[in-house]
Amino acid sequence: MLEQASPLRPKPGASDDERVIKLAVLAVGGQGGGVLADWITDVAERSGYIAQSTSVAGVAQRTGATIYYIEMARDTGRLPVFALSPSQGDVDILIAAELMEAGRAIIRGFVTPERTTLIASSHRIAAVSEKIEPGDGRASSEKVHATAEVAAKRFIAFDMEKIAAEHGTMISASLLGALAGSDALPFPRENYEQAIGAGGRGVKASLAAFGAAYDRARGIAVATAGDNASGKPAAPDTSSTAKVSGPETLLKGWQELATRIAALPKPVRDMAERGLKKVVDYQDIAYGGEYLDRLDKAIALDSAERGHALSVASAKHLANAMCYDDMIRVADLKTRSTRDRRVRKEVGVREGLVLQVTEYFHPRIEEFCGTLPVAIGSYIESRPKLAAFLDRRINRGRHIRTDSFTGFAMLWFIGGLRRWRGRLLRHKVEVEHLERWYGLALAHARENYALGLEILNCRRLIKGYSDTHARAQSKFDRVLSALALLEGREDAADWIRRLREAALKDEKGDMLDGALKTVATLNDAAR
Amino acid sequence: MAERSFAKEVEKLRLGAGQEFAGEGILAITKALLQCGVGYVGGYQGAPISHLMDVLADAQDILGELGVHFEASASEATATAMLAASVHYPIRGAATFKSTVGTNVASDALANLASGGVTGGALIIVGEDYGEGSSIMQERSHAFAMKSQVWLLDPRPNLPSIVKAVEDGFELSEASNTPVMLQVRIRCCHVHGHFIAKDNKRPPMSVADALSAPRRDTGRIVLPPASFLHEKEKVTKRWPAAVDFIKSRKINEVFGPDNGSIGIVMQGGMYNSVVRALQRLGLADTYGDTDVALYVLNAVYPLVDDEFLSFCEGKQAVLVVEEGQPNYIEQAFAAMLHKAERGTKLVGKEHLPMAGEYTGQVMLDGIGSFLRAYAPHLLPGEVRAPNKLGEGVDTADLINVVPGRPPGFCIGCPERPIFAATKLVEQELGKHHIASDIGCHLFSIMPPFELGATTMGYGLGPASASAFNSPEAKRRSISFVGDGGFWHNGLTSSIGNAVFNKNDGVIVIVDNFYSAATGGQDILSSRASNRTKSTKHPITEAMKGMGVKWLRHIDRTYDVGQMRDTLREALTTEEKGPKVIVASSECMLNRQRRERPLVDKAVKGGERVVKPKFGVDEDVCTGDHACMRLSGCPSLSVKSLDDPLRDDPVASIDQNCVGCGNCGEVADAAVLCPSFYRADVVHNPSRWDRFLESARRAVIGRLQRRRESRRLMFADA
Ligand code: SF4
Ligand code: SF4
Repeated sequence: MLEQASPLRPKPGASDDERVIKLAVLAVGGQGGGVLADWITDVAERSGYIAQSTSVAGVAQRTGATIYYIEMARDTGRLPVFALSPSQGDVDILIAAELMEAGRAIIRGFVTPERTTLIASSHRIAAVSEKIEPGDGRASSEKVHATAEVAAKRFIAFDMEKIAAEHGTMISASLLGALAGSDALPFPRENYEQAIGAGGRGVKASLAAFGAAYDRARGIAVATAGDNASGKPAAPDTSSTAKVSGPETLLKGWQELATRIAALPKPVRDMAERGLKKVVDYQDIAYGGEYLDRLDKAIALDSAERGHALSVASAKHLANAMCYDDMIRVADLKTRSTRDRRVRKEVGVREGLVLQVTEYFHPRIEEFCGTLPVAIGSYIESRPKLAAFLDRRINRGRHIRTDSFTGFAMLWFIGGLRRWRGRLLRHKVEVEHLERWYGLALAHARENYALGLEILNCRRLIKGYSDTHARAQSKFDRVLSALALLEGREDAADWIRRLREAALKDEKGDMLDGALKTVATLNDAAR
Repeated sequence: MAERSFAKEVEKLRLGAGQEFAGEGILAITKALLQCGVGYVGGYQGAPISHLMDVLADAQDILGELGVHFEASASEATATAMLAASVHYPIRGAATFKSTVGTNVASDALANLASGGVTGGALIIVGEDYGEGSSIMQERSHAFAMKSQVWLLDPRPNLPSIVKAVEDGFELSEASNTPVMLQVRIRCCHVHGHFIAKDNKRPPMSVADALSAPRRDTGRIVLPPASFLHEKEKVTKRWPAAVDFIKSRKINEVFGPDNGSIGIVMQGGMYNSVVRALQRLGLADTYGDTDVALYVLNAVYPLVDDEFLSFCEGKQAVLVVEEGQPNYIEQAFAAMLHKAERGTKLVGKEHLPMAGEYTGQVMLDGIGSFLRAYAPHLLPGEVRAPNKLGEGVDTADLINVVPGRPPGFCIGCPERPIFAATKLVEQELGKHHIASDIGCHLFSIMPPFELGATTMGYGLGPASASAFNSPEAKRRSISFVGDGGFWHNGLTSSIGNAVFNKNDGVIVIVDNFYSAATGGQDILSSRASNRTKSTKHPITEAMKGMGVKWLRHIDRTYDVGQMRDTLREALTTEEKGPKVIVASSECMLNRQRRERPLVDKAVKGGERVVKPKFGVDEDVCTGDHACMRLSGCPSLSVKSLDDPLRDDPVASIDQNCVGCGNCGEVADAAVLCPSFYRADVVHNPSRWDRFLESARRAVIGRLQRRRESRRLMFADA
């Protein structure tokens, strides 16, 4: 714990006027923290203050966490002695240009409940460690929000990056706006705006973002200090009234399926409808029927007391399993008009500009055989020499221009193979896999409901293409291999869950192997 | 051209007497040099000194007007050797670099310079890269000053003090015929402040004058018997002269009451932190007026015995605040007190940590503990018996939440694909011993690449793999060296050594066209024309000249497939001797800085411009993140989909993507997935572009409509 650290006794004669204001900025390299520090120094100097700013430039700033530090005191004609770096428990205003940097500031002791105004942009920039996990490795924003509420005297947080982007400028402008709006510094708004103006470049956009953030900070400052109005995505839209269009006959088929959905237990309906849409979109109405048939098996085993958890999980994972990622699906998705529109929007293609799109494919013999009728595909696969010979011709990177005739036509053709999918080798393999897994889950669910549910959830492990997919399959198999060891154990479901979570932690499944060893010893101990 | 342009700031170098200068510490030092009539300046870039070099490079016109010669030296050794110009001639010269790494490299020249001594003032400005934000081993420059007997100034960290230290430094050097080191810490280099300027001075003797009237003095050359005399002269003449100067000019400062029972001695650079601790303890005011006697060593070497002893007069205890270790100053003072048989108790590292930066909290704790032990009466009650703050905020949980954020490769960096390729080769051929070097490429040791086992100094990557050269070895070593390190020292120490000793390893020279990590300064192999320097000397030519036989040049590092194949070939070829791969692509940070304004102008001017950007099809991406394990690009990140069917976040590329190509190439070379696409947006398309586009869209649109009219369409799909 820190020792009592704020100025304990002002020196005799030192009035509040001579107090030093301490402000630290924590940012991620590349966010323009230097610009912000320069602006704040300028504002202070315009307002009759002496200011000193420092930073650590150099390689530390390449995309890593960096600190800027500013001290200021009213100009009384004498030069104050300023410190060059922030001290724990001795910061009045802390600006975090990203949410986890706010967390870092709290950990480092720069935020204290008695005095620190914490101004943080609530958006996230994922660190490398968060991105490389095969599962969801992202840090919990809620935790930072919750701690910040108690750690800071005032906590002002909203998405300042979004405000900056909306006005076509950098986050430094909206951070400055939030600072001005917070009234944490005794400087008038005009002085901030003059400082931005003196910068010379992109002044209009910066001023607009400054103004928007200023208003937003005021709104929050006036309301409760605890208002954290953003950071989390809006709750997903669960209404299932989205429109369906298409030829009459198909619509009729869809209506029939929809009636079946309506007859399902209420808690299952939403997920089942989403799953159904995915499956029908992937293949056709008949495939949707198959989906519901499969789902019915889970529902038959399920009950309302259990909240139909087994059925909901089945609805979700069956849909994913039935919509395996084959070449046909990829080609189909990449040639849709909706996709074209999405790319144009994401890239920001305005009227009058021309868009060219290149896709990166790298087919191997495995994908090729998967797209052949069962007999031919398995014939090739069972002859390694032939397979290797063909692989040498197929296996290479292909950059396909989907804005050109030939490129588009090729993918369009592959997407059209959808009609034959049921007869292709990949489909056979996938169906077998699915049946094994689903059968296993339901069989266990009869004895041990929770275990059945966990087996269903293991489907989450299967993802990726080619090698990544193979590795995922192997992890899936390894997790389920523990079933034999866990036979009859009360906590079997819990272990499967733990194994699955371990499998999502790293690429090769090292954590998983460790956990599997534990499971093995667990049984020895019991014996 | 450097990453940051100081073209605007250098105008401040023209300020005349009485005008107020406002700006960064490093710029203030430059101005001080000109005010002192410096005749020549050399140096090597590296934080926190890079900006000094950049300022000087941007100030060529002003330097020219004053007749000052400026050199971007090949290394710190070169810069220090340059000070030889002040040995026989009364010309003031300055060299500058990062310390202690630069001082290590410079120490041969420094020792020779110090032995013979100087006539003109010779100032070495070292940027002490110690503590938070430092990128090097934690050592002290102090040791170099002691071993070569050059004087070390460590001024208080504010602009007027460092400007004065430059002036004092030259005079001290001349008064004692000894080079002087001026140490400035990282934050001090980047501190923003003010001072009142003086007029710039033309050097009384320029290097041109010296050349037209050469001088020599055998007594100043480091060869016996002169070298033996030099050593004696150091202690009999130069040392006393330095001490006299420091004393008579009151280089060291005393603050606070002169009758207290305790006092604090500190390095000048520590002054502000000491005062801050005293402010927080209620013993000093905003302006540094304090109740505790302070003795501030703006010159930390040599120390002045009688000055210190008189400070200790009547004091019961004195605390030495000396950052880093060993605690040379404390030891020296303890010896002085002991020999003078004084009763004053000297403490230092008992209250302050032996190693590590003296941060605000460390200083508060240390000085607090000293005062509680020796002068509790001075302290307000709350401090004497500190009340632990209540529970405070529990951050234990948070520590596990907040991810580390070490520095890494920039968006679109050309070095990323080199390491992606290395990782792919290792997946095929197994793990290898990898020796790293200094430069941006050292980020490879961090996730997601985690490549590289050691780093032994600038340009020494391949040298540090030289032991791994065994006829029995089944695998070769791989070593990396950047273009900066290559020209600094690697050409001889690493490549020459490998050729001569028939090293069988693989050497990758990462050629990004600049000394990128230090801020994008030009070097010999830079591709851009430079008004004052000779560039465009290809590394491959130098390799051939050194006798490298197996040499491959990759002129687009983004071609991950080719990079991987070349590495594989190098690792498996039968050929003996070093296998050298020169991997060249322009540093993206500098390329963007160079190209962006041109591109914007071209777009505005109606020229046809193609801007690339990458994207991910979110419905094709399965959320396995394999691409990110081969990239780490800040633009390639994860995002949640608004779809309860999907558990894991998918890949997503933000607006800052510069379309370097790594994403697509890696997806292809590693056979990852078909989720990536490259979108080339053609600005100001030509007539032909537009014709083609409308024809294509007509056909494609028809195919799309045909298919889409025959299937069910979900509005939200
Ligand atoms: S293509 Fe990929 S690696 Fe290159 S800048 Fe864009 S996101 Fe980064
Ligand atoms: S500065 Fe250049 S070389 Fe260094 S990480 Fe950034 S883009 Fe790469």
